Amino acid sequence: MQRNPQLNEKGELQHLLSTEGLPREILLQILDTAESFAGVTEREVKKVPLLRGKSVFNLFFEPSTRTRTTFEIAAKRLSADVINLNITVSSATKGESLLDTVANLSAMQADIFIVRHESSGAPFLIARHVKPHEHVINAGDGRHAHPTQGLLDLFTIRHYKKDFSRLTVAIVGDILHSRVARSLIHGLTTLGAPEVRVIGPQTLLPAGVEALGVRVFHDMRAGLADCDVVVMLRLQSERMRGALLPSAQEYFKHYGLTADKLALAKRDAIVMHPGPMNRGVEIDSSVADGPHSVILPQVTFGIAVRMAVMSIVAGN
Amino acid sequence: MKLPDAEKLCEQLVAELKPLIGPKSAMVGLYTGGAWLAERLHPLLAMQTPLGLMDIAFYRDDYAARGLKHDPKRTKIPFDVNGRELLLVDDVLYSGRTVRAAMNELFDYGRPASISLVVLADRGGRQLPICAQYVGAKVEVPAGMRLTLKRADNGKLALSMESERAT
Repeated sequence: MQRNPQLNEKGELQHLLSTEGLPREILLQILDTAESFAGVTEREVKKVPLLRGKSVFNLFFEPSTRTRTTFEIAAKRLSADVINLNITVSSATKGESLLDTVANLSAMQADIFIVRHESSGAPFLIARHVKPHEHVINAGDGRHAHPTQGLLDLFTIRHYKKDFSRLTVAIVGDILHSRVARSLIHGLTTLGAPEVRVIGPQTLLPAGVEALGVRVFHDMRAGLADCDVVVMLRLQSERMRGALLPSAQEYFKHYGLTADKLALAKRDAIVMHPGPMNRGVEIDSSVADGPHSVILPQVTFGIAVRMAVMSIVAGN
Repeated sequence: MKLPDAEKLCEQLVAELKPLIGPKSAMVGLYTGGAWLAERLHPLLAMQTPLGLMDIAFYRDDYAARGLKHDPKRTKIPFDVNGRELLLVDDVLYSGRTVRAAMNELFDYGRPASISLVVLADRGGRQLPICAQYVGAKVEVPAGMRLTLKRADNGKLALSMESERAT
């Protein structure tokens, strides 16, 4: 049997590439460690010396503000040195291959690569070629996975709902193109959430999505009934042009989260969004800024979760 | 070998520490054994400030060799460290490395007026210039053995000796 490419021979986390196939114990180890780091981020001195002397390379082949920034903050709070590479204006545009870029950074004594790439699988390719002391963390690859986002979503859910064993979670919107949805679904099913629902129009749901262990709804009102957690996904405007959807207004009417639709969920339901959000397209401002919204705490928790992931992989 | 009775050592430490407790005193226990001991001592000393608990996992000096062990606890220091007379509490004092890490972490919370070290047992073997001001007992531990504190379901504390390879 082939070993999970994320784990070393002792079964410890060596790289974080996907939440798919990660054992429950490792997911919990990350969440518990993040809980301890959340304490650090509330102090006046928000730094611990764990990764002193290590170099973290932020390798973003695709634009990102939130994810790149929170990785940078997390690495700095672990006392690592952070190098940000703006690939769109660097060697890739001069024709250098992905692995050559990585080999050159490795020659500069990199310890951790944070990789975002438009091609699914790019972080896996890098992980197969790095030296044993180097670690790769996937910060989003194509439509495939965005494991630290999935983990911070899990952390947020556990923070507000304490445990997963009785939760109904609805993920709403463009599931087809969403690496966030995939990473969250794998995490939720591994941690034992009994009901995960996906809600969206047929054109935005991947064929055979039920195989991931989710219930499919096309009617948002039916799908939101009695939910504990509602995760809204960003509707990428470029999808409009591909004839998948008629218009933003039409989409908002059917799948936008408004206060009256949210009222169908449980009274203490939380609303999440990975950002960046399109107000008036997938979510109404009154909900995004309302009492159920935990969208900004998600961003803060993301720092602690990324500190946990980096400190776990770099120690293995 | 007969180990000292941890419960008696607790009583002895309380008697020793009681006259020193003032308005600026505060206590911090180190997970796991030191936290148990601190949870025992703190109410008996009737201290005004709430108890602090600390996990030094993020300050260990062997991270490069051992990595991050499972399930670090969240450090909670529910008072302002600046200007405090701190009692740092651990169960067993050995190499002194845990105490060094704890002092580093404490200074990331502020600048205490003083830190005194309270331990239930001192087994010698220091690798750093650190000593405890308040010691329940000195215990000789044969090479290859580990001295640890256990807490029973009824809350009773006891010292125990086991082989280092046992865990």
